[in-house]
Amino acid sequence: MTHVHMLEMNAIARKYPDVVDRPLLKKLVAPIVTLLILAYLAVCYVSFDIHSVAKRVRFDIASLYLLDSYAHKIHVSYRFKKPEAGFVVSLEGNRNTVYSENPDWVQSSGANASIDLGRDGFVRVKDGIVSYRHPDYAQDFQVKTGQGAPTYTGRETPEWLRVSATQVDARPSLYSRIRVTKSRIEIQRYFAGWENFWFDFDSPLNGKSFGEVVSLAFSAQRLDPQQSNISLIFSEFWYNEEWLHGDIAYALLQTLVMAVVGTLIAGILALPMAFAAARNVNRNRVSRFGLRRLFDFLRGVDNLIWSLIFIRAFGLGPLSGTFAIFFTDTGTFGKLFSEAIENADKKQAEGVQATGASPVQKYRFGVFPQILPLFISQMLYYLESNTRSATVIGALGAGGIGLKLLETMRTRQDWENTTYIIALVIILVILIDNLSSWLRAKLIGGDSH
Amino acid sequence: MAALHSLAANPKLAQLEQNFQRLSRQRALYTFILIAVVLLSISGGLVVAADANSGSFFSGLSRFFDYPVELVRGAYDAGLWRLFSLCWHYLPYLIETINIALLATLIAFFLGGALSFLASRNLVSQRILVFCMRRVMDVTRAFPEMVIALLLVLIIGPSPVAAVMAVCFHSIGALAKQFSETNENADMRAVEGIASVGGNWLQQMRYGILPQVLPNFFSYCLLRLEVNVRASAILGFVGAGGLGAELKMVVDWNYGADILVIIFMLVTAISLIDYISAAVRRTFIGDAATL
Repeated sequence: MTHVHMLEMNAIARKYPDVVDRPLLKKLVAPIVTLLILAYLAVCYVSFDIHSVAKRVRFDIASLYLLDSYAHKIHVSYRFKKPEAGFVVSLEGNRNTVYSENPDWVQSSGANASIDLGRDGFVRVKDGIVSYRHPDYAQDFQVKTGQGAPTYTGRETPEWLRVSATQVDARPSLYSRIRVTKSRIEIQRYFAGWENFWFDFDSPLNGKSFGEVVSLAFSAQRLDPQQSNISLIFSEFWYNEEWLHGDIAYALLQTLVMAVVGTLIAGILALPMAFAAARNVNRNRVSRFGLRRLFDFLRGVDNLIWSLIFIRAFGLGPLSGTFAIFFTDTGTFGKLFSEAIENADKKQAEGVQATGASPVQKYRFGVFPQILPLFISQMLYYLESNTRSATVIGALGAGGIGLKLLETMRTRQDWENTTYIIALVIILVILIDNLSSWLRAKLIGGDSH
Repeated sequence: MAALHSLAANPKLAQLEQNFQRLSRQRALYTFILIAVVLLSISGGLVVAADANSGSFFSGLSRFFDYPVELVRGAYDAGLWRLFSLCWHYLPYLIETINIALLATLIAFFLGGALSFLASRNLVSQRILVFCMRRVMDVTRAFPEMVIALLLVLIIGPSPVAAVMAVCFHSIGALAKQFSETNENADMRAVEGIASVGGNWLQQMRYGILPQVLPNFFSYCLLRLEVNVRASAILGFVGAGGLGAELKMVVDWNYGADILVIIFMLVTAISLIDYISAAVRRTFIGDAATL
């Protein structure tokens, strides 16, 4: 730490009075700006009604969705009307995904069972009485089943246990649930991981480890005599009915097509239009003005609105999305390129002209090389943002991955599929982003952005 | 001609000539490959798109003007006075949309600004911290606003707050990236000067870097505001309030006059904001306002 002598300090203060003792007006700028921002935040707090929104937030739903996005649940259920079936173990309670063998945490024989819920204790069903032992409570929680509605015979009712006239519903934690109604006993337990991600529940390959699948791929013994093991593995994966890998890959391709084709056509079409709209190329003021307003119009009407119009004309699908992106971006590129052409150095064009070049040659060799880096870098830059736009307008009817995403969200059950699609979209965008900056560096050299 | 012949006779010049020929052939080949790739991806892409589309291109071409004409006819039937009153009716929604964008940009400016200092290689010595911050930025930037808005609408119900949070989340990543690039181009001598008199890291940033980069920060922020006004208008379509929600409603009901009025208001507002922000940016960073 260097100490400045008092005299020196005074000398500096005399030399730069504005730095040491700033004028009142400048001193006031920071507090006034801060106050204005705070006032604006207060206005927003009131106008967006944040107070009541904060009260409405459903954290329980959010945590359930979150849980569902990375975990799957297994139901163990017993129906009083079908005692011969005993306790049925199934994935998500679906009739098509019933396990033929009980997992090791479920032991059952006829109407009696003992089910281990891991950290949430265990459940025992015996002689029509469901008793649940919670690790934090000394006594079992017991529910008597049989004629009519179940009756809760326990003494205390913690907040996670709900007793109503028709059912007893216990949710000791997010990971398990015990429900007893007039018609059935149902116990649900969550496990982390995406179930059946690789192969369907009833696929011959389900439950096999990675090593087993690889060795199957190279073994001569065919699982399915109709096709080789490799093609069987691929088709079981690709046409997985729950995860729909093939459909999702096709949807991703559609989104990518919208972004790439829209951007490319826009760039190629905007280039000659930009030359015609540049002051130093086109002397005709009226046509220049018209083109400029056309660019503003194309750009100002957002690609959402263009997609509405194109969907009416071409129907739902990526073709409409491609055109929406292409229209908006023609406006954006036209504006950017024409500004770049106007800012281009005149000397090169004049030099080319002096050699007796035709007007076309003059712009081709005198101006075009100057704006080429901007042309490429802007197109690559917009490619990334258009991939995101294509997802968004896809959700609004142009198809592709956006629509798939919306479909899985609408069911409000397939959160694992939603997570999967979101992850794929983000990976795609990051890939395009990296590819475009790599290409930019490769094509125009240097670190330009 | 004779001079040219004698030049070609010179072995060094002949070598030069050969190299030039080789390079120009290589260049022509690259250009050819580039054009071929572009043409292939356009035509292949159009085939894929047309294949997946529910209607075809050529049958749609004749119908292209049907919808705009329908809208204009609806507006014509409504009459001028009705159009004015519709403008007045939708004005609060437009203000809400702009407010969503403004609030989101404001919050993203502060959070993205803070993040950007931790993500600049020249300002932070811990490489691992810079790496992590950059990956955080990449992921927040890659999230389409629509996805976050959809999730939030399910959790907090239809409200503009969902749009603010969605737009803000994406903007933090986008702004932080541009900000950190600005930071990395800043002159480090000011930082060294402050470090030499014993300023700590925060003081170095506040007095050494911030005054240099703030004009650029503002400029990027204004550009982001333009983008965000568009984004918040779109987010209304999934129930996040603002003019977009009204537009979705009237599109579903097919109210020609209302649709046209809302589109007109959106386009006017977006163009106006573009124009103002371009003018303000010019005062911040001079003529290079396009960045």
